[in-house]
Amino acid sequence: MTGMLDMDFIDFMDFSTLTHVVPPLATTLAALPALPIAGINWHSVLFLLFAGLACGFAIGVVAADNVVRMALYLVFSLGATAGLFFLAGAEFLGAMQLMIYVGGTLVLLVFGVMLTAQAPLVSIKPSSSDRTLTAVAGASLLSLLLTAAFSVDAWRGPGVGVVPAPSATPLGMALVGVRVDEPPAGTPVGGRVGYMLPFEIVSVHLLVVLVGAAYLARAKRRRTPRPIDALASAMPVEPVSTAATVAPTGRSAGGARSALVGGGR
Amino acid sequence: MMGLVLAPAMVASLATCLATVPLFAVNPFTEPVGVVHYLFVGAVLFTAGIACMTLKRNALGILMGIELVLNGANINFVAFASPYLRAEGAPTLGLDGQVVALFVILLAAAEAAVALAITLNFYNNHATVDVDRADDLKG
Repeated sequence: MTGMLDMDFIDFMDFSTLTHVVPPLATTLAALPALPIAGINWHSVLFLLFAGLACGFAIGVVAADNVVRMALYLVFSLGATAGLFFLAGAEFLGAMQLMIYVGGTLVLLVFGVMLTAQAPLVSIKPSSSDRTLTAVAGASLLSLLLTAAFSVDAWRGPGVGVVPAPSATPLGMALVGVRVDEPPAGTPVGGRVGYMLPFEIVSVHLLVVLVGAAYLARAKRRRTPRPIDALASAMPVEPVSTAATVAPTGRSAGGARSALVGGGR
Repeated sequence: MMGLVLAPAMVASLATCLATVPLFAVNPFTEPVGVVHYLFVGAVLFTAGIACMTLKRNALGILMGIELVLNGANINFVAFASPYLRAEGAPTLGLDGQVVALFVILLAAAEAAVALAITLNFYNNHATVDVDRADDLKG
């Protein structure tokens, strides 16, 4: 029964009448090359998009006063920079930029913002004379850098557009000391060094930095009260959070601080 | 006040810079991208980072400025390393530029961790992140 109904419905629909309403598809497609899409270099378009995002949000970081907005703009700027790395053919580096910067360093920064974001510290405004001086110094530095960058003829030509080979394997091999990549034109004959020793130094450096950061940021017990403790004791705290956070003996400093963090909302 | 004195010099330097730079002489959507385009972005990010470091009074803002500076340098390294952007007959850094950029990213992560620990320590001791009040070591 239902099948017969469907067939009747299909027979009822006369699709040939639609061509009078909608212009034929072939005519529409034939009109497309007349549009200026034809000669567009999509690599350049994507570069302009990512470059505009990176530069605009970098200037937004400078212009914003709220530290939370600065962190957000920095996320966008660094993400657009990762897009620029992908466009330049450094796909492993772009992935590392996203994972380490956007995924790691900025989470760290946002945690720092959240841990220190008491109300008067969220936006510390610089004075207007500082702003003027920074604008002058920044414009001078930018004009100097741009003049230097545009003054070398070898850098000004358009790229030849050699599509590079995937760079993850050569990068990994270079980090363990073996060079498997194609030597660039003009390289003098002879062995090129790998990066085994810098890799080891950086790994030990990261370990030392992690230990040092944990040592610096650890919770210490103080004999003399800190200014933040005076702030915490001056602030009225509701009894529930006080009972939950203050330990029975000897932990008054840490308890008062967590009561400050909890009660400041 | 100083800005009023220096503003004509700034305008003149920018005008000479833009006169020597034929930025929009060609259609940017059809022209292939070269090294100098990346250098432009790197210069803007570097300048924004320097301005951030000098302008901000929040210690975390100064950290963000440092990140921007390191990223501007990284963009330059990647641009010089890329065979795609290389002009005809120009030398290129090859893979070495990418390796250096990778090391810069790693060291920036380490630097951010240590600087953030110092900032948190300073905040715990002084109840502020305003670097203008970090004058305990002033003689």
